[in-house]
Amino acid sequence: MAASYRVNEEVDGRPPCAPGGPPKTQRPDNTAFKQQRLPTWQPILTAGTVMPTFFIIGLVSGPIGIGVLVTSNRVQEIHIDYTGTEPSSPCNKCLSTVVTPCICTINFTLEEAFKGNVYMYYGLSNFYQNHRHYVKSRDDNQLSGDFRALLNPSRECEPYRRNEDKPIAPCGAIANSMFNDTLELFLITNKSNPTPVSIPLKKKGITWWTDKNVKFRNPPGGGSLEERFKGTTKPLNWRTPVYMLDSEDDNNGFINEDFIVWMRIAALPTFRKLYRLIEQNNDLHPTLPAGRYYLNITYNYPVHSFDGRKRMILSTISWMGGKNPFLGIAYITVGSISFLLGVVMLVIDHKYKNNSNTDIALQFYILKTKLWHMYQGQPYSA
Amino acid sequence: MGGRTRSDDERLYNYSSLLACGGKSSQTPKLAGKHRVVIPHLQPFKDEYNRFSGTYVNNRIRTTKYTLLNFVPRNLFEQFHRAANLYFLFLVVLNWVPLVEAFQKEITMLPLVVVLTIIAIKDGLEDYRKYKIDKHINNLVTKVYSRKEKKYVDCCWKDVTVGDFIRLSCNEIIPADIVLLFSTDPDGICHIETSGLDGESNLKQRQVVRGYAEQDPEVDPEKFSSRIECESPNNDLNRFRGFLEHSNKQRVGLSKENLLLRGCTIRNTEAVVGIVVYAGHETKAMLNNPGPRYKRSKLERRANTDVLWCILLLVIMCLTGALAHGIWLSRYESVLFFNIPEPDGHIVSPALAGFYMFWTMIILLQVLIPISLYVSIEIVKLGQIYFIQSDVDFYSEKMDSTVQCRALNIAEDLGQIQYLFSDKTGTLTENKMVFRRCSVAGFDYCHEENARRLESYQEAVSEDEDYTDTLSGSLNNVAKPRAPCCRTVPGGALGSKPSDHLSGSTCAVGSGEGASEVFHSRQAAFSSPIETDVVPDTRLLNKFGQITPHLFTSLDGTIQRPALETFYIMDFFIALAICNTVVVCAPNQPRQKIRLSSLSGTPIRSLEEIKNLFQRLSVRKSSSPSLASGKELPPGVPSTFVSRLSLFSRMKLTSPMEEEVSPMNESSQGCSNSACCMQIEKPHSSAGLTDSKVESLPGSPLASNLCYEAESPDEAALVYAARAYQCTLRSRTPEQVMVDFAALGPLTFQLLHILPFDSVRKRMSVVVRHPLSNEVVVYTKGADSAIMELLSGVSPDGANQEKEQMIIREKTQKHLDDYAKRGLRTLCIAKKVMSDTEYAEWLRNHFLAETSIDNREELLIESAMRLENKLTLLGATGIEDRLQEGVPESIEALHKAGIKIWMLTGDKQETAVNIAYACKLLEPEDRLFILNSQSNDACEVEMSVILKELQKKTPASPGQASLRKCSPQPPLTQDSGQRAALVITGKTLEFALQESLQRQFLELTAWSHTVVCCRATPLQKSEVVKLVRSHLQVMTLAIGDGANDVSMIQVADIGIGVSGQEGMQAVMASDFAISQFRHLSKLLLVHGHWCYTRLSNMILYFFYKNVAYVNLLFWYQFFCGFSGTSMTDYWVLIFFNLLFTSAPPVIYGVLEKDVSADTLMQLPELYQSGQKSEAYLPLTFWITLLDAFYQSLICFFVPYFTYQGSDIDIFTFGNPLNTAALFVILLHLIIESQNLTWIHMLVMIGSILSYFFFALVFGAMCVTCNPPSNPYWIMQEHMLDPVFYLVCILTTCIALLPRFTYRVLQGSLFPSLILRAKHLDRLTPEERAEALKKWRGAGKKNQVTSKYVDQSTGKSGRRPVSGPSAHAMKSATSCAAEQGDLPLCETALDLGFSAPEASDMMDPKI
Repeated sequence: MAASYRVNEEVDGRPPCAPGGPPKTQRPDNTAFKQQRLPTWQPILTAGTVMPTFFIIGLVSGPIGIGVLVTSNRVQEIHIDYTGTEPSSPCNKCLSTVVTPCICTINFTLEEAFKGNVYMYYGLSNFYQNHRHYVKSRDDNQLSGDFRALLNPSRECEPYRRNEDKPIAPCGAIANSMFNDTLELFLITNKSNPTPVSIPLKKKGITWWTDKNVKFRNPPGGGSLEERFKGTTKPLNWRTPVYMLDSEDDNNGFINEDFIVWMRIAALPTFRKLYRLIEQNNDLHPTLPAGRYYLNITYNYPVHSFDGRKRMILSTISWMGGKNPFLGIAYITVGSISFLLGVVMLVIDHKYKNNSNTDIALQFYILKTKLWHMYQGQPYSA
Repeated sequence: MGGRTRSDDERLYNYSSLLACGGKSSQTPKLAGKHRVVIPHLQPFKDEYNRFSGTYVNNRIRTTKYTLLNFVPRNLFEQFHRAANLYFLFLVVLNWVPLVEAFQKEITMLPLVVVLTIIAIKDGLEDYRKYKIDKHINNLVTKVYSRKEKKYVDCCWKDVTVGDFIRLSCNEIIPADIVLLFSTDPDGICHIETSGLDGESNLKQRQVVRGYAEQDPEVDPEKFSSRIECESPNNDLNRFRGFLEHSNKQRVGLSKENLLLRGCTIRNTEAVVGIVVYAGHETKAMLNNPGPRYKRSKLERRANTDVLWCILLLVIMCLTGALAHGIWLSRYESVLFFNIPEPDGHIVSPALAGFYMFWTMIILLQVLIPISLYVSIEIVKLGQIYFIQSDVDFYSEKMDSTVQCRALNIAEDLGQIQYLFSDKTGTLTENKMVFRRCSVAGFDYCHEENARRLESYQEAVSEDEDYTDTLSGSLNNVAKPRAPCCRTVPGGALGSKPSDHLSGSTCAVGSGEGASEVFHSRQAAFSSPIETDVVPDTRLLNKFGQITPHLFTSLDGTIQRPALETFYIMDFFIALAICNTVVVCAPNQPRQKIRLSSLSGTPIRSLEEIKNLFQRLSVRKSSSPSLASGKELPPGVPSTFVSRLSLFSRMKLTSPMEEEVSPMNESSQGCSNSACCMQIEKPHSSAGLTDSKVESLPGSPLASNLCYEAESPDEAALVYAARAYQCTLRSRTPEQVMVDFAALGPLTFQLLHILPFDSVRKRMSVVVRHPLSNEVVVYTKGADSAIMELLSGVSPDGANQEKEQMIIREKTQKHLDDYAKRGLRTLCIAKKVMSDTEYAEWLRNHFLAETSIDNREELLIESAMRLENKLTLLGATGIEDRLQEGVPESIEALHKAGIKIWMLTGDKQETAVNIAYACKLLEPEDRLFILNSQSNDACEVEMSVILKELQKKTPASPGQASLRKCSPQPPLTQDSGQRAALVITGKTLEFALQESLQRQFLELTAWSHTVVCCRATPLQKSEVVKLVRSHLQVMTLAIGDGANDVSMIQVADIGIGVSGQEGMQAVMASDFAISQFRHLSKLLLVHGHWCYTRLSNMILYFFYKNVAYVNLLFWYQFFCGFSGTSMTDYWVLIFFNLLFTSAPPVIYGVLEKDVSADTLMQLPELYQSGQKSEAYLPLTFWITLLDAFYQSLICFFVPYFTYQGSDIDIFTFGNPLNTAALFVILLHLIIESQNLTWIHMLVMIGSILSYFFFALVFGAMCVTCNPPSNPYWIMQEHMLDPVFYLVCILTTCIALLPRFTYRVLQGSLFPSLILRAKHLDRLTPEERAEALKKWRGAGKKNQVTSKYVDQSTGKSGRRPVSGPSAHAMKSATSCAAEQGDLPLCETALDLGFSAPEASDMMDPKI
């Protein structure tokens, strides 16, 4: 009997309660959870309760903003545009010339000395490294030294995957379009001595440690890099194969730091990439003393076709990176707004506290009811 | 599956339509022409059997959808029937097109796979459960006749086939639908309990096919050579048509009385044999399983439209992207640096690239259409249902049941109900019918004692049902030692009790004894002490006492008038006792029918003389002519008397003859003494004759031990009432009914016919051969309207008799009106005497009707009409049906919640109105309008008069109340101080529901805050609901308990079944089942409110979340040439929705609690926010979207400006964006949450931790995986970078500032009612009580004003305020006249009170 009962009950979804069965009660458990009586915190957002929050935010944000702003302002930065689209620019000649390599020189003056480590960047603008097809066009396996991927790069690299039946190493559009200008910096010490002093630019240490040591690896093998890259060909736009990017072995091939930096694609179409490090020699002398400098550019990289700009950027660095006043200003703004709101809340709270929401609530209520009736198309009749 | 679901729907429809017309299934489709032939599954018929039965299914059932093999394809197929899943499948496929591919192919599949898997697992588990049950059932064992072994052998249910002979013993379950061929019961009866089928626990009788009952030995399958032809399988439980054709072509009709349904249990019958006609899935029980119901809630419909808006938004965004990409590309077409050519070297033209980009963007921004929304909604709904079902407040001790949520997906609709349609009987009332009053032959018997008893019950019993249980139990124990005591002290108090009753000497003693005779049986339905106990009315008892054998002796020559009335009384009680379908059983042996095996007719024969005598004294002949005939027979009288005495002496009666002749009380005293002794002997005695006689003696203690199983509580109440007057129904078989009639002893009525009750005829009749008069008598019992029309005005006996009847009729009508006014249910009892020839003729026609298969129902009704006419009115009864506990409070609360309540009842107008007053559906100060017109035009005129009246009264708002589509009804009735109520009768309703008057009717109802529809048929009920629902576009809820409410329940947005005494049909059709009406208020006010608020907030949050997150990607497109790049790692992108932010909204949707349950119950006004959909208005959606846009802008541009021009790389840039978005999205939820528990906190923190954990682990492990978005070491780098934290904090603050400020200002400047109520929750209990008082006080002032208005009008003499009922009648009768000059005064008052009212306004509304 119980069985037939269950047929129906199951199909109907009724809870089982077979008559004549054991006296099992259907009474639900009287627990806090089941009866939805769990202890709760019921935040009621009123002027009075949240006023402190606003003040705290205001009081905390302001100083943070000021601190950040000061830090940002302390960062020294200089941009040198060397695109050469202006006829007056020394690099203008390189736009059209067939001479390769085209070398141009740009003079500039540092008004203040740069202290501490100075970072040298190249900046490109209007360069859409983040274009979807471009972003995809690489083979991380190949770059991490996978031998199979070296000789048979990913399809994503098309059409920069193979050249004349040889696999391209490194394959893909990103590698193919690697930045290949060479920048050199000279300090003109004084007018009397015209021989400029070459500023030592450190090539290494410009990448993330993990990139250089984990993510990027040269193909395995014992021999020289050339042997290890045997059977591959250089990207179309490159002048040299990948194993000849640098003379030093620990900065050559896929672990060449310029290459690694380039392969970390920029987020926005206007970006800078770390090019060189100018390390502080000692604490007494500024890394880059104030004075006149000139920048020696081996101009290879064409940007005018897409209205791009090329810049060289020298910048010191703070705990929060480069120069950017935005964060500081934003913090100060938010801080003051929230302080202001705190004051408003204080006023509201003070003014309406005694009436405990009734009067003003009533006013609003009547207004609302009237509106509701108007919305309904009927006059408000109390 | 499509096919299957469709057939399911169809089935559902059929079922409902059948129920809608109360089993009158003339409109059932698909019948004609398709009959089924059943041939015994035996050797001689092998060929024929194969020919016919080859196509019939066997008894194996399979309710599972899937098998092991087809699970995956079929489940997938089913899931892809949902539009949403199809859309995501489309996206996945799209991502496989290389030209538009946005992500890695596998990643796009992930969400879909996860969603499909979750649902597949859910479906699989459900199916497996069903499979296990099926298997268990299929392997149950039953006895099937085997050809080979020539006997019944054990056989699994699944192997039973159509045509098999099955033998079942008592308490076995019926394995298939079988036609009953044999029962061990000598009368060919079999009792079944259908609780497995419809939940009705009372026993039902089934009969052996005519012609087989007489066969004494068990039917031998080998000799069975007939064939059965019946209708094709259908789902109508109340119908079975067919015939059995013997080999000699003789046909015997089959009806549902011959069919045993699968799933029922055999009771009280030793063994039965039957032949299977329907098996397995073709059985009625299986066809009646409608399966789970799928309804779409209003909120979900709303959400779906917003999903469409999201799609539009998506398309716009994608078009923007596509267009912009085209333009961008045209500028850089030749730059091969970053515009990568196709693998084959050619460059895609900007236009084409733009086209491709459109699709790419769709993939990229797909999350805008929230795939997880649907899954989350399902999970949240399960959680909500879980909480509803585990609410201990819904638990009913009495029935050991709690609320059942049968529809899983419309819980939130509970929070938006605007119209409530309620049945009356059993829903508002207890459906415990208590005999209160009766009127016989024009005399009203008040039953004062009974009323007093009931009052005391009302006080004591209603609170503690258990108490009476134990009480009755102990009384039962007390009753046992009575028998020996009876023997030792003959003539003691107990023994004399019945005689007291009869003589009517002391009613007080009677009442005391009556109460002590309570027997309460748990098994029997409708037999609580309240119902079984009736204290007889002294006056009636006196008159009843005159029905003695003396009557017949004293007849000669003396008073005739009282005699006539006495006969009326006698017939009245006989009708009460036999005009029903009650099954008699003895409770001490539950389910064991009292066996009267030797009811062969000896008592009838022995009463021969009395019968002859009585024949002459019957009602018809007892008027003047019969007197003459009576005079002619004086010599015969003594002789009959002597023979009567001989009858008594045959009962081993030792009492002397003198005692018999002496005053009745002595004689019966003697009788009862001996009866007592007999009772003790009874177990040992096997002599049926003596047994039956002894039992049937008046006053036998056994009588009280009888227990009646009735199909409806009214029937039981009447039988119990008759028993109280010593007219006890002793036994019932298909052929005869035996009644102990006080002094007359056992009377055995030969039962010729029963015309069962149906809702069309509104009456039932029994045709019996009267044992005394030997005439064919029809006893009819039915609604007064039905009976009054059928009374005969003409009597062959002349004007005197006719006048008599007229007077009785008038008086009875007056009494009926009075009863109805007191809220009693009225029934009329009538009879008709037929001559044998008349009867024979009717029988012939009736037989034709019975055996026809196709339009049997109409023919049967016609046939009934031929029988039930020219009736003689005997009297009327008034039965009280008490209100359920807590109903007035619930109704009041629901009214305050702004729900318009309609009461739809089949009762008469006065009864309905009075019940409405009693349950506070109508208030004394309400203006009552009654619509009761006889024609269409009159109805129209009346309606327009009332409308004008109403409009005049509130001059400010004329016709606007009419149906402006799509706008919610103005809450007019609450604005004006006085509420209007409308009462409409069934006939008028018919007119009002017609196309031409619908509008006016609805307009009228829009003005009234309560509508009472009386005399409504089930069909009308559903039509009313349908009309209101479709034309006013409001949320409707229908609540009912009986089969007549099923159609209404199914039509409404939410159907609620009250699992009461009338079986389970309403519950089976409902979405929610509760055990008492009062639970409805908590279900709606608390759970409805919560479910609605929760779900709507969660859905809005989902939209917000997805838009806010996806827009980050969209903003990035402006900086990547609209190329469809994402700056986030794909895995994080996908997991963001799937893992990191999926649990908090679900928890929010399940546990959110804006206001505590107590406050919600105490302030029903809060419910109105749900009615107006305040939590989720179209505007809310757009504001949410706007906020999402703002937040995503902030989330994008703060990091953008921070990292602008720096050397940040693409995925490192994405990381703070993502992290900030996570914080913003989670904190947004906290701002929106009204309550936070440790579960919330756990989930929030868990989400954040899981995000960082994933990012760190993924960042550490993934060196080359997942190209091109390589997350390697990014999170680690960032976590060491202070700027990252600064950016995240700043972003979060700015993004959330506006919403936070808005919420704060809202909280302190213009708090919604909900918010204000929330304040109450924080107070201490004392403060809370104080605040609540204040709050309510504001609301009450409103009422006071309206009361004042009422009183002032009352003072001016137009509206005397008296008792509710008087008031009702007054306003009912003189409504139109009264209101002529009312408005003027009231408008003036309105002006005067407008100021205070305005200030009070705020509370009862919003």
